Amino acid sequence: MASNSDQQSMDVNYIARLARMNLDALEARQFQTQMDGIVDYVRQLSELDVEGVEPTAHAAPIQNVFREDLAQPGLTQEQALANAPAQSGGQFIVPKIVE
Amino acid sequence: MSAARYEAVIGLEVHVQLKTRSKMFCGCATSFGAEPNTNVCPVCLGYPGTMPVMNREAIRLTVLSGLMLGCRINPRSKFDRKSYFYPDMPKNYQITQYDQPLCLGGGVEIEGASGLATVPLTRIHLEEDVAKNMHFATCSGVDFNRAGSPLMEIVSEPAMHTPEQAVAYLQGLKQTLMYAGVSDCNLEEGNMRCDVNVSLRPVGATALGTKAELKNLNSFKSVLLALRAEIGRQEQLLREGGRVVQETRRWDVEAGATFLMRTKEDAHDYRYFPEPDLMPVVLSEQQIAEWARGLPETPRQRRARFASEYSLPEYDARVLAADKAVGDYFEAAARGSKAPKIVSNWVMTEMLRRLGETGQEIAAVQITPAALAELVELTEAGAINSNTARELFGELFANGGSPRALVEARGLAQVSDSGALQALVDQAIRENAKSAEDFRGGKAVALKFLTGQVMRLSRGKANPQLAAQLLEERLKK
Amino acid sequence: MLTAHELQDRLVRGDCSSVEIVQELLAAIQEVDGTIRGYLSVDAEAALAQARAADAARATGRGGPLLGIPVAIKDVLNVAGQPCGCASKMLRGYVAPYDATAVAALRAAGAVLLGRTNMDEFAMGSTTENSAFQVTRNPWSLEHVPGGSSGGSAAVVAAGEAVAALGSDTGGSIRQPAGFCGCVGLKPSYGRVSRYGLTAFASSLDQIGPMTRDVRDAARLLGVMAGHDPHDSTSLPAPVEDYEAGLPVSGGLRGMRLGMPREYFGGGLDTEVEAAVSAAVEECRRQGAEVVEISLPHTRYAIATYYIVACAEASANLSRFDGVRYGHRTAVAGDATELYLRSRAEGFGAEVKRRILLGTYVLSSGYHDAYYLRAQKVRTLIRRDFDAAFERCAAIVCPVAPTAAYRLGATGGDPLKMYLGDVFTVTANLAGLCGLALPCGFTAAGLPVGLQFLGPALGEARVLRAGRAYEQATAWHTRRAPHAAGMARTEAGGK
Repeated sequence: MASNSDQQSMDVNYIARLARMNLDALEARQFQTQMDGIVDYVRQLSELDVEGVEPTAHAAPIQNVFREDLAQPGLTQEQALANAPAQSGGQFIVPKIVE
Repeated sequence: MSAARYEAVIGLEVHVQLKTRSKMFCGCATSFGAEPNTNVCPVCLGYPGTMPVMNREAIRLTVLSGLMLGCRINPRSKFDRKSYFYPDMPKNYQITQYDQPLCLGGGVEIEGASGLATVPLTRIHLEEDVAKNMHFATCSGVDFNRAGSPLMEIVSEPAMHTPEQAVAYLQGLKQTLMYAGVSDCNLEEGNMRCDVNVSLRPVGATALGTKAELKNLNSFKSVLLALRAEIGRQEQLLREGGRVVQETRRWDVEAGATFLMRTKEDAHDYRYFPEPDLMPVVLSEQQIAEWARGLPETPRQRRARFASEYSLPEYDARVLAADKAVGDYFEAAARGSKAPKIVSNWVMTEMLRRLGETGQEIAAVQITPAALAELVELTEAGAINSNTARELFGELFANGGSPRALVEARGLAQVSDSGALQALVDQAIRENAKSAEDFRGGKAVALKFLTGQVMRLSRGKANPQLAAQLLEERLKK
Repeated sequence: MLTAHELQDRLVRGDCSSVEIVQELLAAIQEVDGTIRGYLSVDAEAALAQARAADAARATGRGGPLLGIPVAIKDVLNVAGQPCGCASKMLRGYVAPYDATAVAALRAAGAVLLGRTNMDEFAMGSTTENSAFQVTRNPWSLEHVPGGSSGGSAAVVAAGEAVAALGSDTGGSIRQPAGFCGCVGLKPSYGRVSRYGLTAFASSLDQIGPMTRDVRDAARLLGVMAGHDPHDSTSLPAPVEDYEAGLPVSGGLRGMRLGMPREYFGGGLDTEVEAAVSAAVEECRRQGAEVVEISLPHTRYAIATYYIVACAEASANLSRFDGVRYGHRTAVAGDATELYLRSRAEGFGAEVKRRILLGTYVLSSGYHDAYYLRAQKVRTLIRRDFDAAFERCAAIVCPVAPTAAYRLGATGGDPLKMYLGDVFTVTANLAGLCGLALPCGFTAAGLPVGLQFLGPALGEARVLRAGRAYEQATAWHTRRAPHAAGMARTEAGGK
């Protein structure tokens, strides 16, 4: 177990920032309590000895699923932009990106 | 102020776009320069419900690159999600390979001050490219045509110590990948991109210092200059008793300096985990061997072959094999030529000089390898003199055509008939009495001048050896 | 209320037309959906046009297992030209440009796509109360939830507003609402039905499946949708059996060895549910099944494992909702980060936010190994429990949920309490198994109780056989919900 994960509660505001979701003060308070309860519950997995156990990432044991390298038509520009909240000149428009 | 001397430690992360017809995880075309958002589909736009499917060819090209670079091919490899939010990301996670990349180890051979050396690689993995952002006055635009194109990332060990080594590494890597035929590797066009990590440590120390990551390096020259500037910055900082902070810095060509982009404090937490929509890639030895059978020659193999097959000096073989296209051209001209060394001379001097002057690609020059071979044949047979040959080369380089036809059409054949030359010899002596005197008085160089005059009078067609011989005979009388 | 196969027989005989079936369903929707609120949208015109096309095709001699049969679609599945809102404000206005593979398969089989059903936002919840738009009520008791997340699909089938519906199941979202609403719900084995076009909640757990009025219809719909899809790398290449033809005419349970997991019948199981399920097990025995006790020792860790794995995957899957290419976008944002922060804060409901928070947390630096990686390892242990169990029995018989349907609002303040109700369903998703839910009785208050048959991966034929044999012996599935619509004309003609 990572050293900084024992019995610490989730910093809800930090995690929300990582997930790019603003939380208002009321939400943050509510979520903090709820998440503390949930994290406390899921922490019970630490009781188990999982030494040497392979992790399961997929529910089915298959491998090497490929497609052949063939180009196929996709959407037209109009179709591609049909759901865009903001568009101009064939592009999706976002607030100015500062690099 | 510290008087310590410092050594730079440099590692490179190079991203290379693979030459596939379709994108990494969907069937959209990878052709570039199309109207914005026309090579897109629900998958590469990150639409809800869509799923990636691996392009077999991208896997093959990555394995091929790994084999060319002497990597170990991972028998079991997988894809992972790397999460961060940015407008060029269709899903706000990138499908990449975290802890089980396709290739491990390997190296790139570079030519350094002390001969050939190998820069070791850490790994090569495969991932999807991001979209392109365009910046306007008050907003930015996003074009997803490039999003999802297969991108190979080649990570070197922090094993280089000078900016020149870093550039040599890039050039060597580029050549191997060109030999492999997996990418166009053009830095300016962005199908080869590189990030550089650099740190300093006192000479003799083994522990690594704190590194800075440099971005926006879109030419070999930028890599060189940015590294020089950054090493200088870090060295000054250390000498003044300061500390290097782990950060990402942006190279500014105009300013000729690097500028802070972000520090470690706002570094990303990428939250890697295995991509549940893709199954692992398991490569049998049999499969790898099958792909290896189609492996092209490496630059090193070609160098050795040029030296033995065409009896070239080691130096020639190295220059010619350093660039795949140059080597290809040489070989096309030299194959079947009786004088491959002369072909080599032409390619290494006239050709490379003119390519440098005009900025042309050797693959696209007007003078065909067959024409060069013919030109060499004409000079070797004494049909034209070397002046004419050089002139013809210029003509062929600019406009193409057949050397033999040009020689005939313009009457450029070398005049080696002593009867025809005698009159010109006499005329030269008559018109340059002073030089004739000088020669007779023992000034040997005067003969060179007179020979030049005969060449001029013959409009370059005279056989210079014969002209000199006739002059000497006449003046010694 | 007729089933799809019964209606198909009538269509074949010429006793009714697809247009008539659709018209009756539209009338039923008119009659009860104001109360049930199972549909988010119904495109009557488009449905009638498809029905007319199906009737015309039949007139030219075409047939097919679903030709002219209306099917309702959970709002999580992409249907070209229709909204696919996932019951979220985040996707308001989004129109899908493509068909989910399962939907395309239904279309190809001649099915009529009737409307889009309500659900918990992004399939996150067990009550359908997390829909951003409306609360769906249980046709058996309007004070109770239909379950979730496919609560709309279950409710419209149970209320006679649809013949069959598609749902999706990540931790029980087909089986639990089917159990709560007294209908049949099948979660296929992981990879049996393509997920392409299913808005992902947790990619390694999600499956699309049918929700129907009897087991035979479930077999029929599965047969249409199952199979490998080149667009879904995780779909299984195994050949598709003829599930419907494999159903027993009688005696399907004879000689079948059923396992009863000791851990599923302990404390926490509602006594009425336990009584109904025990009686159902008794019935199976009477039908010739051999019942053995089995053990699934890691059951108590299943919920924690499930919520870690599911939320981790969800946190990445839902990152794409950012207001750039589609969906909700905040009115004012100075830069891209602000665009994300506000659009996502405004677009997602509380339960979705909680799960994104949990998922982001368990993957974040310093916590990844302690939570996410450990959960993946426990997932292996849970899978092994089932591998061992299926050495001892052909299928597992157990309850769908510890209780019957919750009262509306009962789980509102305590998300963890809601999560614990998934204890008997999440394991099938973690282990990639198939699971069938079907009615097996009622509580004193008249709420349905669900029975679950679990089979190994690709064991669909087996659980369908067991389920069909059970329903033939008991006929719980023919009971009608008190708030269901009448379908006088079709039924009068049919009986």
